[in-house]
Amino acid sequence: MRTTTPRQDLLRGIWRENPVLIHLLGLCPALAVTNTVANSLAMGIATFFVLTGSSLLVSSLRRLIPAEVRISAYILIIATFVTVADMALAAIVPDIHKALGAFIALIVVNCMILGRQEAFASKNTVGRALLDAVGTGTGFLIAMLMMGSVREVLGAGTFLGISLFGAGFEPWVVMVLPPGGFFTLGFLLLGLSWFERRRARRQAVPGGAPALRRAA
Amino acid sequence: MRDLVWIFLSAAVINNFTLALFLGLCPFMGVSARVGTALRMGGANVFVLVITSLCVWALNTWVLVHAPYLQLIAFIVVIASLVQIVEMAIRKMSPTLFRELGIFLPLITTNCAILGLAIFQTNRGYGFLEGMAFALGAGAGLTLALVLMASLRETVDLADVPAVARGLGLVLIIAGSLSLAFMGFAGLLSG
Repeated sequence: MRTTTPRQDLLRGIWRENPVLIHLLGLCPALAVTNTVANSLAMGIATFFVLTGSSLLVSSLRRLIPAEVRISAYILIIATFVTVADMALAAIVPDIHKALGAFIALIVVNCMILGRQEAFASKNTVGRALLDAVGTGTGFLIAMLMMGSVREVLGAGTFLGISLFGAGFEPWVVMVLPPGGFFTLGFLLLGLSWFERRRARRQAVPGGAPALRRAA
Repeated sequence: MRDLVWIFLSAAVINNFTLALFLGLCPFMGVSARVGTALRMGGANVFVLVITSLCVWALNTWVLVHAPYLQLIAFIVVIASLVQIVEMAIRKMSPTLFRELGIFLPLITTNCAILGLAIFQTNRGYGFLEGMAFALGAGAGLTLALVLMASLRETVDLADVPAVARGLGLVLIIAGSLSLAFMGFAGLLSG
């Protein structure tokens, strides 16, 4: 196991190992519900809650869960927290709960959450698992907000329902439809890859050493 | 009968699971590099989808009427054990098929298309036959999307793509174009 400092545990998931933009995990919700900023925010917060709760529980139970049935145990823990999140959203923001529909329940099969349990929470202390979950959850929330802002601003000309451009703006309707999700994430990834290559080139020139390009 | 055909077509092309509802994206990105693997993955999915639909119908009819709050937990437990049983059965009965499917079989558990099917089927109140048509349609749609994507990616492999666009960014943009094309089916059954 790699040794990392608590600071790295927390910060790593936010940007350098962002679950959506770098590891491409949890793509289904990132594409499906990001057509408005409010939906993205609700989904991001619900996922954050489920991830933090399950990481805490999995890491405190890590000596009690037998290795043979660990995946089923994790899934059960995650499903319990998702049920809680589902009922909470239905009670607090019924409109958004209706708009997100089946995708709240589908947080159970978000590979990012199961991945963090298997790769981190099941092998580390409660405190570090909490830091890791908060970092990864924040990274997910940031990616969701990036997608949601681009899609709502371009697709409807609004941000959180507030009109930005006035009546003269013709909204790009395609951005709030399914293809817009694919296009937005595709262009975000292309942009990231362009930045990454530019930085690698700049680092490579003065030292002369070949800079390592992070695998996409 | 007309209803069943409509449900099948709607799940397969109009509300295609992958391209319109974003379900099952992990295999869509992961195993769509070759047409052969894409076809086999599609086949495995159809199989699991149909059995899931059957189990979900049984659960909804006999168990969940008494405990609706257990819905999600019951579905995921049933799907996980189902995939495990199917895996063991195939290994015993047809080792060749087992080798062909390889890692894809266990991975189906965390495929959101399966749980998605279970939840949609419940929300829409489908009965036994409707559920079967829905599962077959969803499976056909997944396979179609996978095979289309795989054949496009095989072509793109040979093309002269700018270095910055190699990788998943381009795959997502291709998926977006496919999704645009599938939106054209939206008017199919209204006229």
